[in-house]
Amino acid sequence: MSDRLTIAVDRIKCDGHGVCADLLPEMIELDEWGYPIVRPGAIAAAALPHARRAVSGCPTLALRLEAIAARR
Amino acid sequence: MTPALLSGPPPGNGMEGYAAHLQRLGPLPVGTPVLIDVVERSGLRGKGGAGFPAAIKWRAVASQRGGKPVVLANGGEGEPLSRKDRTLMEQRPHLIIDGALAAAGAIGAREIVLYVGAEHSDAIRAMEHAAGERPRSERGRLRVVSAPVRYVSGEETAAVHFINAGLALPTSIPPRPFERGVDGRPTLVQNVETLAHVGLIARFGDAWFRSLGAGDASGTTLVTVGGAVPQTAVIEVAHGTTVTDAVNAAGGLTAESDAVLLGGYFGGWVESSQAWGLVIDPEPLRTQGHSLGCGVIAVLPAGRCGVVETGRILAYLAHESARQCGPCTFGLRAISAATGRIAALTSSDGDLEHIQRWAGLLPGRGACKHPDGAAGLLGSALRVFADEFQSHERQRRCSAAAAVAVAS
Repeated sequence: MSDRLTIAVDRIKCDGHGVCADLLPEMIELDEWGYPIVRPGAIAAAALPHARRAVSGCPTLALRLEAIAARR
Repeated sequence: MTPALLSGPPPGNGMEGYAAHLQRLGPLPVGTPVLIDVVERSGLRGKGGAGFPAAIKWRAVASQRGGKPVVLANGGEGEPLSRKDRTLMEQRPHLIIDGALAAAGAIGAREIVLYVGAEHSDAIRAMEHAAGERPRSERGRLRVVSAPVRYVSGEETAAVHFINAGLALPTSIPPRPFERGVDGRPTLVQNVETLAHVGLIARFGDAWFRSLGAGDASGTTLVTVGGAVPQTAVIEVAHGTTVTDAVNAAGGLTAESDAVLLGGYFGGWVESSQAWGLVIDPEPLRTQGHSLGCGVIAVLPAGRCGVVETGRILAYLAHESARQCGPCTFGLRAISAATGRIAALTSSDGDLEHIQRWAGLLPGRGACKHPDGAAGLLGSALRVFADEFQSHERQRRCSAAAAVAVAS
């Protein structure tokens, strides 16, 4: 498993519930319409449990963890 | 310059039939994987807007294992300022079909979908007629699909989505079409002009194509020149020539101009003084912060207001959002509303500040590049028309004599 992970958002699935920003404030803030803005760069190791909780807690299953190198 | 795509009978003659096409250009060599190398050496890039190297796309499709690949010739020319794809489809449909067949041979595809915007009825007729003129063995592999009238219809995942499910809306990536596209098969989505170039490269080779370019540049490209020229014109120019050359080929300027919209609605504004000398070649333009996009060169005549034009374009783009992704649905709508107020001299406090910030919030936050395109256009307008934005917002004054659109 890569240690360089980020949060990827499926923008079509995302409905702006904002749960991710509550569970993973280290990486995610919301714009004024409630949609996530993901900070660039890898998730710090200490924040990974929060990131996993954000992914599984998203009501529309719009988040996933993704290896940074694999992003196109 | 010797035209390549548009050589042969003059535009007034309409569509070139199959017999005349074959007589003029000779038979199409059978496409094999070797053609991928030839296309790579030719330096051919996609002509739909992104300017991605064609050979890299072909290799990506050919290396997939998800079934027999499909070629999707993309003639969904949604960009309101562009005419070049429909012109090519109307006049040289066989060159496009040749390129699609050659590409199919190179990547191991059988089925070819010719995807044409429904509003381009002459182009649909020409493509259908041309497909019908082909020998039975080729005809059976060709299918013309009419794309709904919508800006995003030509986006590659939207095209695939429409062909598969009747919905011309972008889908989330991955998977990209080269992985899973038409019928779930690896799909090469390639703009019709790109394929027409392939129809010639397959015959005359990569050295020939490179020799068409000026200086270090390779090949030719179609551009649509509009605005302060005698009439909107589709012309073929050598890569490596300048914006001035293209404007002159379109009949020259009919008015003074301070700004040029380069690349269309997904491109950006450039001060005219800087634009005239720009070399038409996607890579050098990109490194200078510009985009050739789908080849639109729209010259804004002096006396027309860049802020008003930009407001009009953003209103169009906001309206054309597929409304699937929040940042595009709400952010672009807010940007359009605020820019519209600034343009109409009715801005409320903070509108200018807001759009400056929001422009930075859109890129990379949609399933497709619609928000990125709109943000790029707005960013360029905020730079090029900085004084005019200030005068609209602070003094409630528009310097334009008449706010009539080139961009409508």
